[in-house]
Amino acid sequence: MSHDTLPRPVTSAEEPVEPPHTRRRRHWTRRPNPVAGLGSLLWLAVVIVPIYAMISASLTRQDKALGNNALKPPTDPTFANYNTVLHNGFGHFLANTALVAAAVVGIVLVLCVPLAYVAVRTRTVWSGAAFRLFLLGVAIPAQAVVVPLYLMIAKLDLYDSLLAVILPTAAFAMPVSVLILTGTLRDISEDLYEAMALDGASATRMLFQLVIPMAKGGISTVVIYTALQAWNGFLFPLIFTQSDGPRVLTLGLFNYVSQFGVNIPALLASVVLSGIPIFAVYLVARRALVGGLMGVGGK
Amino acid sequence: MTQSAAAKAGRPHAVWAIPGVLFFAFFAVAPMILALYLSFTAWNGLGDPKPVGLANWQKLVHDDRLTQSLTVTVLLTVTSWAFQTVVSLLLGVWAAGRQRNRAVLSAIFFVPFLLSSTAIALLFYALLDPNFGVIHQDTLGSTSGAFLAIVFVGGWQFIPFHTLIYQGGARQIPEVLYQAAAIDGAGRYRQFFSITLPQLRNTATTSSVLMIVGSLTYFETVLILTQGGPGTDTAILPYLMYEAGFKSYDFGYASAIATFLVVTATALSLVLVRLTGFGAMRSTREGM
Repeated sequence: MSHDTLPRPVTSAEEPVEPPHTRRRRHWTRRPNPVAGLGSLLWLAVVIVPIYAMISASLTRQDKALGNNALKPPTDPTFANYNTVLHNGFGHFLANTALVAAAVVGIVLVLCVPLAYVAVRTRTVWSGAAFRLFLLGVAIPAQAVVVPLYLMIAKLDLYDSLLAVILPTAAFAMPVSVLILTGTLRDISEDLYEAMALDGASATRMLFQLVIPMAKGGISTVVIYTALQAWNGFLFPLIFTQSDGPRVLTLGLFNYVSQFGVNIPALLASVVLSGIPIFAVYLVARRALVGGLMGVGGK
Repeated sequence: MTQSAAAKAGRPHAVWAIPGVLFFAFFAVAPMILALYLSFTAWNGLGDPKPVGLANWQKLVHDDRLTQSLTVTVLLTVTSWAFQTVVSLLLGVWAAGRQRNRAVLSAIFFVPFLLSSTAIALLFYALLDPNFGVIHQDTLGSTSGAFLAIVFVGGWQFIPFHTLIYQGGARQIPEVLYQAAAIDGAGRYRQFFSITLPQLRNTATTSSVLMIVGSLTYFETVLILTQGGPGTDTAILPYLMYEAGFKSYDFGYASAIATFLVVTATALSLVLVRLTGFGAMRSTREGM
């Protein structure tokens, strides 16, 4: 899967068109498709313009921001807005979010890998029922259960703690994770299990020596998917936390709206800052990230 | 079916699944049942819920906002689905080609997906501000403007992801199909409609289910961009539930809305699964 996403330097579309059938290339690369090319450039503008406007505005001095056209580059660029944000708890929110993401990924992997292993390898009524539970679970919107969860969290004395965010976020990341993992585990050949069984391997040894190494692709997809979910989570932190202590990044951003009021450059600086960690991961691990997410769609 | 001793040996015991099932049951399934119970109670967040029979449901049936909210939710879901499917299908099929410029553009196209829904909603909240932004008019203050802004912002965020899914799908289409079609004299557009589209139907199903379930969770976007406004024109069901519960402290009524939302979402998913055979996603070897 992941090697498919490597950019392969093939002849670019601008070069003279060669006669068909002389090269084994995809049909749609044989001659340029001006309509599609134009469409993709149009979408490029749709993607780039807001990002450009955001960065440009975040560098604008606040007193010059109002009434200014956000598309014009700042005449007098400044990092003051970034300074403001960094002195308003940003690092603390970031650390909380990283902690939540790590804990959620840990819980999901520890619970879902054995579950998927059972769903694929054990044929009992119960394992089938467990799998169907998660298949249905995909459709449960988190909004629908926040009120009862609020009651449960309060009764468990977890309100306004990071655990109040971590536990439900992990639970809601499970259905898709189970689906991805069972999909990957099904592709491990029966012969490999039989060979290990002949060597007298226990189920536990198979899990660590066969299933986990062979399911690396699926597992990294789950890590990425789950980490993004936890990173972006908004509803659970909004409702289950209150004080600054357990505040995560998304909620920190949301609170900047009232804190900064009309200081839109500072607000946008906080949005830029919030994107930087994930963007850094993207630059380093683009292939794993993109390759993994591409697999979510199945075939 | 008889299995060899070797095939039977070393299978994990079903007990291994219990921790995961219990955890999920406690934090996701039990709350749904609790929501149903709470919908028959009055609770303001303090003390214990008190049973009130059908009062919340009677209120729900007669609440004009619910009808309006349901209409907005359905309209928003359908419009978002159409917008995102058309753009990500075309971009995905285009990006499945192999030139370097496509790889570079695809990498840029993906960037919006790296920002959280909250960050994206704030970005467009700032850009659509009539005093500050790019368009110096009150887009979010008009009903159609607010609606279209939510559709656009949702698409801006999620089209990268669905483009990727379609790109993956398009790369799985066997090359021989196109070669055969080319020999038969089929042009590019004929090939697109006769080969690419039919071959992508499983991908389209997966993508559509994720889009539809996903658009029920446009909560952050609505909360930040429009707060359900102007008036209640963009108050989708989850937002209506949030207002009833966490703004008006009427948790019993909020639970009735939530129960209604679960039933609607589950019914929608079941219909989609039945109609399209989404269960085929269980194995990556099936389909195609």
